[in-house]
This record gives sequence, structure tokens and C-alpha cells, in this order.
Amino acid sequence: MRVAENLNAALHELMAAEDDLYLLGEDVADPYGGAFKITRGLSTRFPGRVLSTPISENAITGVAAGLALAGDAAIVEIMFGDFAALAFDQLLNFAAKSVSMYGSRVPMRMVVRCPVGGGRGYGPTHSQSLQKHFVGIPDLALYEVSPFHDNLAVFTEMLERARPCVLFEDKVLYTRPMHAVPEPFSLAIENGVARIFLDERPDCVVVAPGGSAPMVLAAMRSLLLEEEIACTLLVPSRLYPFDVELPDTRRVFVVEESTAGGTWGAEVAHLIHQRHWGRLAGPVTLVHSADSVIPTAAHLEESVLVSERAVHRVIMETLRG
Amino acid sequence: MIDADLSRMLVIRAFERTLLDLYGRGLLNGTTHTCLGQEYVPVAMEGLLDPADHVFSNHRGHGHYLARFDDPEGLLAEIMGREGAVCAGVGGSQHIRRDRYLSTGVQGESLPVAAGVALHLKRVEPGRLACAYIGDGTFGEGAVYEALNLAALWSLPLLVVVENNGIAQSTPTGEHLAGTIAGRAAAFGLPHELVEGADVDDIRTRLAPLVSGVREGRPAVVEFVTHRLGPHSKGDDTRPAHALGVDWRDKYASPLLDRLEAAAVARIEAVAADVIARPLSRWEA
Ligand SMILES: Cc1ncc(C[n+]2csc(CCOP(=O)(O)OP(=O)(O)O)c2C)c(N)n1
Repeated sequence: MRVAENLNAALHELMAAEDDLYLLGEDVADPYGGAFKITRGLSTRFPGRVLSTPISENAITGVAAGLALAGDAAIVEIMFGDFAALAFDQLLNFAAKSVSMYGSRVPMRMVVRCPVGGGRGYGPTHSQSLQKHFVGIPDLALYEVSPFHDNLAVFTEMLERARPCVLFEDKVLYTRPMHAVPEPFSLAIENGVARIFLDERPDCVVVAPGGSAPMVLAAMRSLLLEEEIACTLLVPSRLYPFDVELPDTRRVFVVEESTAGGTWGAEVAHLIHQRHWGRLAGPVTLVHSADSVIPTAAHLEESVLVSERAVHRVIMETLRG
Repeated sequence: MIDADLSRMLVIRAFERTLLDLYGRGLLNGTTHTCLGQEYVPVAMEGLLDPADHVFSNHRGHGHYLARFDDPEGLLAEIMGREGAVCAGVGGSQHIRRDRYLSTGVQGESLPVAAGVALHLKRVEPGRLACAYIGDGTFGEGAVYEALNLAALWSLPLLVVVENNGIAQSTPTGEHLAGTIAGRAAAFGLPHELVEGADVDDIRTRLAPLVSGVREGRPAVVEFVTHRLGPHSKGDDTRPAHALGVDWRDKYASPLLDRLEAAAVARIEAVAADVIARPLSRWEA
């Protein structure tokens, strides 16, 4: 099953299981089924609860918050995650704050889905990875789709938190198969974190969100075959608040597609330094895209975005000195 | 209509057709939104604008660009990331800046910006205006109303050109817009002109007084009832073929049109062959 199908199936199951759940977004209705077809079939099956909206990111995020306030639940699709910037005020100043600013807990069951990331030539306003801009907002949790986490479980967890969540979906994942791990690595899921590992003790641990995971895995494979460097990859489903048990290791890398500056990785590194400084051989190494807009032309886009090659090179250089 | 206008419309059409063809052949990266069917709108408007006026375009901007600059080479190079690209291949189809022309890919975002430029023009270059193109669907965005309010309050030389093609991506106007665009303009006390035909000369005659008013600080909304004959971006047309609407081309059908069209097609074919053969664009971030 591909990641897009897994997402679509999860939405179908959720809508069927919870009759107070709404889904809102631009062009989500059939036969279009959303710009990336993730909502296919839903409006036909659940008329009245799956609504194609005007082009109004701020308003539909506010509507979701209203539904949540009234006790319903809502999932919003932002067509391209970049446009979540238009919904930022509703998330930062209303939805997330409402959970706690009225003195007693207000449950807010809402998820804002954001297809993000480059590699497809959509250009500067349609290719960004906005995760870092949402890090550190009280009561706002950030999740990212991965090929190793079943989306029904992830959605269920997000709605059960009863706090607004943003779910980032790297567009390049949509056509990827679920649960595929290259030989000779194995996969285990522990406390919501996917671990992809070898039998031997790793030379380093890489932390990466789901969108970057396939690229990191490819780099891990070439590092193993060409350099005999053994890496373990940790893919958290929840990016913020962040929590992860590190396997015994002296070297840690964080890989993400966000551009340089105030990255999610910096937050992760800070946490790991606080907790594990004593046993690390050096600071956590961040690998991310350049400090740049994401260009449209393929060759220029490639020069900006983090790549398998960059991951391979940084890990090799750091470990080999 | 003068040959030059018809010729320009046909060049735009040939350009857009070529783009869809290049996509089909796997030669273009990313996405693109063609203005097939709407070519006459920017061509008519450019006849009313001065090169020193500012134009703000959107995601469906190739016609806006080509009506202003006779530069299919630069635009195609931009879209293909080749040498000679207007913005080094960074912006691609949707993010272009040249002289007093700018487009960006976030709906509605350009209206407050156009209002800002209009504020500048009002003080520094009275008589110049900022013209912003938006689609009917973009009336969903709050930024549109914030900008209309400011423009009306401050008497800004802002001309909003609405290309109402009856649909936004996959959503028909009736399903995303309550009331009317005329009603919305009225709410801000702004003049609104509805343009239904595709006769370029008629359009210019009708709009000339309105545009002069804008230059004197009376912002206005012009709404074109038009038709998108192609898909929203690539292969994503959910409409039945009969719902596509009328094509201005049929109205102008004549041996002259055939001749001009053949010339336009030949020109764009040559442009495509030239641009495809160019080396990749270079960019210093
Ligand atoms: C803020 C924002 N939301 C959503 C989109 C995705 N999008 C691109 S074009 C489009 C439809 C625009 O419709 P309309 O304004 O009617 O223009 P048309 O495409 O018909 O020319 C949408 C939803 C976007 N580019 N920006």
C-alpha cells in the first residue's frame, strides 16, 4: 500500500467511526478529491461532513476551531502546506491558546494537514517545509507522516490529544510504499518512534522526520556498503513536543528538509544535549537544506534541498574526522 | 481589431499550447496554469495601461506577462530553467518579476501589496496605477477585502481586474462565492464594471473612463466574464467538455486569423526549439 492510499483509508475509517468528525479544504470534494487525491471518495460517502471550501485558509482553520469548541472534531486540508502561513493566526492565537487560556482545559480536537516539501518543481511558494515555523507553540502539537506509521493510529492519537495538531505530509511520500525498509535493515516501532537498525551496535544515530526518511535510508545503505558505517535511524511521528529514547551512541545527526536557521533539528539537538551530553563524542550534527528560497528549476532546486549525497558526506566526514 | 492585438492573443495561445505539449512530453518540471481562452483579457487591458503602470499577476500569469512584454523566450526559459530566464529559473511559471511586473503563487497575497505600490504611486508618480489580476476564487481570501478597504479609504490608484472564468480549480463559482463580485465592490463604495464580450476594441472603449478615474485616485474593480478552455494546471479538468464555454477565437475566425495563427505557432515552435537547446540557467543565491 502506498502512503497516499494509507492516508485516504485512514480518513475513510475515521469518518465512518466518528460521526462528529468534519473534513474541510479547498477542492477536497469528488470527483477532484483534493489536489493530491488524499480525500478521494470521502465527500461522496460522507456528504455534509466533507466540505469543499472557498480559498480561505484562515477562515477554514477558524471554522475547524469553532467545530472543536462546540465539541465536534475537524480535519483541515491546506492545499499546499505553504498556505498554512495564512492560517497561522488561527492556530497560534486562537486554537492552541484556547486549550488553556480560559483557566480550565478546553478540548480542541482538530488537525491541520499540510502537504509540504520540494523536489517536484512547484517553486518558492509551493515547496517549503514549514515545520520549524510552528515549533514551540504551547498546546500545538506537530506530527509528520512517515512510511512507517499507520495513519489511522496517528490520526487517532492526534484527536485523542484534544489539542490542535498540525500534520505535515511530505509530498514525495505519497507515491512511496508503506513499511518498506531496504536490506539488511530491520524495522521496529517503540513509543511512536520507528527505529530502523542493524543487528550490530550503531556507529551513529540519525533522527529524521518521515519525509526525509527514505533519503536517509538510502544514505545509510551506501554508508554501510561503501564505508562500513552502521547507522540507526529514528523516525518520530510526533515532532513537537519532542521526546525520544536514544540508543547507546556517541554520535547523533538530525536530518530534515527545512532550510537553515531556527530549525526543528536545533530544538532536537538542544534536548539531546541536555539529556545525553555526557556520553556524546561531540555536538549533534544538523543536516538540512540551504538558507534559501526553493527554486523552481530542477537543477537549482537540487542545489538547495538536502540530499542523500549530503547526508552520506556529512556522516562520513563527521565520523572519519 | 488591429492585427497586432489579434497576433498577440494568438502568440499567447500558441505559447500555452506549447507548454501543455512540453509537459505531455515530460520536458517541463513542476506545474503550470495556462490561460487558454482568457488571452484577450490582458491584451485588452495592456492597451489601457502604460509601461510605467505596475502589473500584479497571479498563478495564471503567462498571458499577463506576454501581453506586457513580447518575450516568449524569456518566459519559456524561466519555466524551463534555461539560460535567458527572466528570474534565473528560480521563480518558474508563478513567481516572476521584471520591471514593473510581478507575480506570485499565493492567492490574494498581491492585493495588499498592489495597494502599497498604489500608495507610493499616488504620492510619487501621480497618474500611474497598480493593476492587480485575480480570479473569482481568490475572493475567498480575506486579504482581498483588507486591500479593497484600504484602497477605497485612501483613494488609491488601484485597478483590480477579475478574471471570472466560472471556476476555481475544481470548484464552480456558485459553490465558493456568496453574493456577487459587483456587490462586494459596492460594499466598499468602489465602481464595478462587468465585461462580457471579447471584443478588444469595445472593451477598451468601455473601460477607458474607468481607468482614467483610477489614475485620479478612484480605485475600481473590472470583472471579465471569461472562460478557461484548458485544465486548471495539467490534466486536472473535472468539467464535461460542453461546459468549457465560448472561445473568442471562433468570433474572429477568418483567413487573416489563420495566417496570423500560423505565424504565431511557427514563432513559438522556434522559440521552444531555441530554448530547449540552451544550457541550464545559473543562479547566485
Ligand atoms: C493562498 C492559496 N490557497 C490556495 C492556492 C491553490 N490554488 C491555486 S490556483 C487556485 C484556484 C484559483 O481560482 P481563481 O482565483 O478563480 O483563479 P483561476 O484559477 O480560475 O484563474 C487555488 C485554490 C493558492 N495558490 N494560494
